Amino acid sequence: MITFDGVTKRYAGGTVAVDDLGLEVPTGEITVFVGPSGCGKTTSLRMINRMVDPTGGRVLLDGVDVTTIDPPTLRRGIGYVIQQAGLFPHRKVVDNVATVPRLLGWERRRARARAMELLERVGLDAALADRYPFQLSGGQQQRVGVARALAADPPVLLMDEPFSAVDPVVRASLQDELLRLQAELRKTIVFVTHDIDEAIKLGDRVAVLRVGGRLAQLDAPARLLAEPADDFVREFLGRDRGIRLLSFVPSGDLPLRTDLTVPVSTTASARGTAEPWLALVDDGGRPLGWIAPRSLPDSGTPADVRPEPYGTFVRGRDPLRSVLDAALLSPSGHAIAVDESGRVEGVVTREALDAALARATGDARG
Amino acid sequence: MNWLIEFLGDPANWTGADGVPARLLEHLEFAGLSLLLAMAVAVPLGLWIGHTGRGALLVVLSANAARALPTLGLLVLIVLLMGVGTIVPVLIPLVALAVPPILVNAYEGVRGVDPELRDAAYGMGLRGRQVLFGVLVPVALPLILLGLRTAAIQVVATATVAAYVGLGGLGRYVIDGLATQDYPRAVGGAVLVAGLALAVQGLFAILSRISVSPGVSRRPGIR
Ligand SMILES: Nc1ncnc2c1ncn2[C@@H]1O[C@H](COP(=O)(O)OP(=O)(O)OP(=O)(O)O)[C@@H](O)[C@H]1O
Ligand SMILES: [Mg+2]
Repeated sequence: MITFDGVTKRYAGGTVAVDDLGLEVPTGEITVFVGPSGCGKTTSLRMINRMVDPTGGRVLLDGVDVTTIDPPTLRRGIGYVIQQAGLFPHRKVVDNVATVPRLLGWERRRARARAMELLERVGLDAALADRYPFQLSGGQQQRVGVARALAADPPVLLMDEPFSAVDPVVRASLQDELLRLQAELRKTIVFVTHDIDEAIKLGDRVAVLRVGGRLAQLDAPARLLAEPADDFVREFLGRDRGIRLLSFVPSGDLPLRTDLTVPVSTTASARGTAEPWLALVDDGGRPLGWIAPRSLPDSGTPADVRPEPYGTFVRGRDPLRSVLDAALLSPSGHAIAVDESGRVEGVVTREALDAALARATGDARG
Repeated sequence: MNWLIEFLGDPANWTGADGVPARLLEHLEFAGLSLLLAMAVAVPLGLWIGHTGRGALLVVLSANAARALPTLGLLVLIVLLMGVGTIVPVLIPLVALAVPPILVNAYEGVRGVDPELRDAAYGMGLRGRQVLFGVLVPVALPLILLGLRTAAIQVVATATVAAYVGLGGLGRYVIDGLATQDYPRAVGGAVLVAGLALAVQGLFAILSRISVSPGVSRRPGIR
């Protein structure tokens, strides 16, 4: 656990970057520091590994004041990832990753073997190991940066806007990768970003800082969205808080109707039903779209009509937000539930979704 | 061209104390010694100033002084003060000539390394020396070598002044040739000096090829 105990940092010029910050970063969780530019996120982060020393208060690492620990020794036990990756240009990728194990006195072969293992862990091809950093894309460099920080298996990881210099698609995949890694490794991670969506996606808890380095709110993302502490936080969170909140509501307990699907190969018996819409399913169980039984021809099969557009969600995996999205994409207003392999499990009706939405917003309010 | 062939083609110019091999060796002795001395002072100093940021003014002063330094004047002055007999009077102005480019480039090279990179190095737990020698120097090496090369070429070219004060080296041919109106000899000497400077250039090209990481020089052709 990392504890900020009344921490203040006043720089030589007189700027107070962090003002009486008190918070706890729980072991094994991702805590995100978020806030506008210049609010003291980087300064706060760097007081943990003594790249900056506080001018007041204490930063404790598992109860020990970090300023009592020799900085290089402290830092070798804390992974550090920065925006431009900061890879050593003169060393091959594998040797970059092996840096801290080597500093800790591991012999070369063992350090390299460990580095190779980590490259694989962060999703990099082993063939990249012998390249130099300039021969990698920005996203690949960032992955190497993460691998390097993890190489000596430190319990704590500090990340300062690690994904902000890559394009949105790569950023999303790096975020997913981090969450996947964290599910395995359970590190104590402090993650700095100015992107509130990134904070909400990654954080177990999110600390919103305001300029002048004061803590505005520290809460789980759902709580933050549901109950911003004040106007500053509300404004910082931005629009669509209600919709974004639905990202935290599971879809597993939604009632499914299995009588609203019709296989494409059956005859037009579907016309008999009173339902205005049916989900058309191919022979492999995959969705084709919505059809209105009334519009079916007197003879022939459903294959003869052009199905209307549809949306799907993976039940149990995707949140309620995805269900709402799927429903909005369909003229029927219903969402098609599929399993992980894409086969239709059933339909969540608009009525069932409405009930779930009503419950969700109620829950989020506490 | 004819003069050159006349001078270099004469077997008498290739033997004895005034032969090309002997003069070349003397020349290399002045230049090499001066360069080594200058390196011993300027490389550590430049690295240290670049790394710590302390004493940067010294670098600026030395760079400016270098531009104003009259090598020949300095040489004559030292000879007047110390007399001839040893090669020390020649070494002093040559060292003074070689120090500034080495110092300035070592300093600029280290100081110019991306601050993010320096930050990352400290952040991972490298100590000051490890940051300097493990990261800053390898990354600054092209510039450090550039300073050495510049100094080496200047020293090789300028070591001709040794002849003015009665010492040897390739400058002898130029001075003696001009004095006796033996132009083939003067031109031959000048061409030898130029050739030596080119050889130095080539030597440094090989040296940087060997010592600079492909990741820094971004040489194509590696995977
Ligand atoms: N070394 C320094 N010397 C003086 N002032 C500094 C120094 N580093 C940061 N500051 C000031 O402290 C304040 C907080 O800076 P900090 O880098 O912690 O902000 P940040 O939240 O990380 O901002 P950004 O999102 O832009 O990275 C700013 O006003 C900045 O100008
Ligand atoms: Mg910052």
